[in-house]
Amino acid sequence: MSLFSATDLGIRFGGIRAVEGVSFDVRPGEVFSIIGPNGAGKTTIFNLISRIYNPTSGRLNFNGQDITETPPHLIAGLGIARTFQNIELFANATLLQNLLIGRHCHSKVGLLSQLGFLPSVRRAEVEHRKVAEEVIAFLGLQRHRDSLIANLPYGVRKVVELGRALCTEPKLLLLDEPSSGLNVEETEEMAFWIDDIKKDLGITVIMVEHDMKLVSAVSDRVMALNYGRILAMGTAAEVQSDPEVIRAYIGGEP
Amino acid sequence: MHRPFKTQYEQDLRLFRAPSAKIWYGLLIVILLALPQFAGEFYVGELGGLFIFAIAGVGLMLLTGYTGLVSLGHSAFLGIGAYTEAILLARGWPFAVTLPAAAIVTAAAGIAIGVPTLRMTGLYLAIATLAFGGIISNVLQKWDSVTGGFDGFPVKAPSVLGVVLDGPWAVYYMSLVALVFVILLALNVLRSPLGRAMVAIRDSEVSAQSMGINLAWYKTIVFALSAGITGLAGGLFAHYVRHLAPDAFDVLLSIQLVTIVFVGGLGSLHGAIFGAMFMRLLPQGIAMIRDDLPNWLGRMPGLEPSVFGIILVLCIMFEPMGINGRWQKMKLWFNRFPLHRASASRRQKSYAKSERLR
Ligand SMILES: Nc1ncnc2c1ncn2[C@@H]1O[C@H](COP(=O)(O)OP(=O)(O)OP(=O)(O)O)[C@@H](O)[C@H]1O
Ligand SMILES: [Mg+2]
Repeated sequence: MSLFSATDLGIRFGGIRAVEGVSFDVRPGEVFSIIGPNGAGKTTIFNLISRIYNPTSGRLNFNGQDITETPPHLIAGLGIARTFQNIELFANATLLQNLLIGRHCHSKVGLLSQLGFLPSVRRAEVEHRKVAEEVIAFLGLQRHRDSLIANLPYGVRKVVELGRALCTEPKLLLLDEPSSGLNVEETEEMAFWIDDIKKDLGITVIMVEHDMKLVSAVSDRVMALNYGRILAMGTAAEVQSDPEVIRAYIGGEP
Repeated sequence: MHRPFKTQYEQDLRLFRAPSAKIWYGLLIVILLALPQFAGEFYVGELGGLFIFAIAGVGLMLLTGYTGLVSLGHSAFLGIGAYTEAILLARGWPFAVTLPAAAIVTAAAGIAIGVPTLRMTGLYLAIATLAFGGIISNVLQKWDSVTGGFDGFPVKAPSVLGVVLDGPWAVYYMSLVALVFVILLALNVLRSPLGRAMVAIRDSEVSAQSMGINLAWYKTIVFALSAGITGLAGGLFAHYVRHLAPDAFDVLLSIQLVTIVFVGGLGSLHGAIFGAMFMRLLPQGIAMIRDDLPNWLGRMPGLEPSVFGIILVLCIMFEPMGINGRWQKMKLWFNRFPLHRASASRRQKSYAKSERLR
């Protein structure tokens, strides 16, 4: 049984077929990586899964449920969390507040009880805080807890975004270029976390990534895309040695 | 810098995080309660007006400062609140009902403008709300069977348990109580999931949505809340002016309200209060120096709105965090003295150019 599957997924922007006829499924507990040159349609696939874009064709299925028509704000509650390629944090809020916003999909307190900050709200807040603190401890973010995101260096923000996604307690985590903008040590650290997320937290991961070293280190399976279509699928080694993939990367030469 | 030592998560959920804050705010309340005993009628009246604008400022701050939705139509909400209060009082409703009704009717009006503008942000929203303000001010003028048209009508003084609440002292205390209530309400909102959702929408709609925040629902709620609070201020405003006329609720008033939140400092409740102080003191200041200015300047029509406009623009350009931001920096400076570094309150933006490219 797959945790997530896309069937014949496609989307057009005007004349551009950004994604076309893409089918894949992701097994529970694996790290599934998507690679491909710039503009291949990797981020677009994430935006389709997060329901930010409506597909022109195809179906999305998660955990036995068809999510092709699900409104975007319900996706997190189902158990799919994501990070963004260009970091979409809440820049004028503290790190802790950002993580707590990640708890939003688990918030059940009514509007009026919030206006009065009733004991039920207070209790729920403490529970959310506990989860956020676990994530802070997991990612070693203690000393930045009360810093504004706008004052944090890029590398830390990347980690905060991962943390915010973890706060939603996802079953499936979408990571869009987790290593971009990071230096070598930070990238290595990221590889360890992705491994921990898979092994210790049991979260399934779909990762878009350019850094083949990171891809090889953490992925169970890799899918290569070009011009919105699948070129190859298999282990990292298989995909990297695929002639079609090599040609796509070095630009048309046989 | 002084940071209270924390041992429990509950501490971060308190209204006053530092123990000393409780003492200072308590002292402030005592002073404000006692003040009318010493201050003259004029100052009591002016302070009452200040409280009313601070309430409206908090209302707009929730919308603009915390949710990032600009409104140039808030004078309409003040107007709807004021007219609801005055009309219902004139029909013999008890004050305990009319004032909440003013807030609730205005909240409904907030939903009416919030829902059609759900997809708008920035300048488009500013223009749409400006148009809404224009429409409401027209309705107040033209619907004379109810609003008394251009001439308006005198506002009946409210009475509670047989005591008539008339004059500046009554307005002062009513508004002070309402202001404290509204600030507590806003603080509750801001430490709840709702407040975090607002900040999330302000900073990144796309990731707010991916975190499970229903944008349409929350924007509607915040519009209703902001309008409701401003409507409450409007209800009190009716008693402050004592005679309602539609031309009080024009664009200039909306701009004054926007000035409160921008000059005070976006995204802070202190900012709303500071902004209201600034907004109420500036006309006094202008009046005081007017006679000393050269004639062409001192007697220039529209001097006051121009000064407001210039300060608003300068503030947006040079001190985006407003008076509150300046105040925070000053506090930091005093705390660190003499070890101040110029870069202490500067943001680290230098990475942005090189690294933010994908
Ligand atoms: N909202 C949009 N409107 C129009 N075109 C779009 C939109 N989103 C993506 N595209 C186009 O779809 C194609 C795929 O873009 P996408 O961002 O998915 O690429 P990518 O594989 O993530 O590339 P990169 O590695 O550079 O991030 C590009 O040609 C892009 O211009
Ligand atoms: Mg991309």
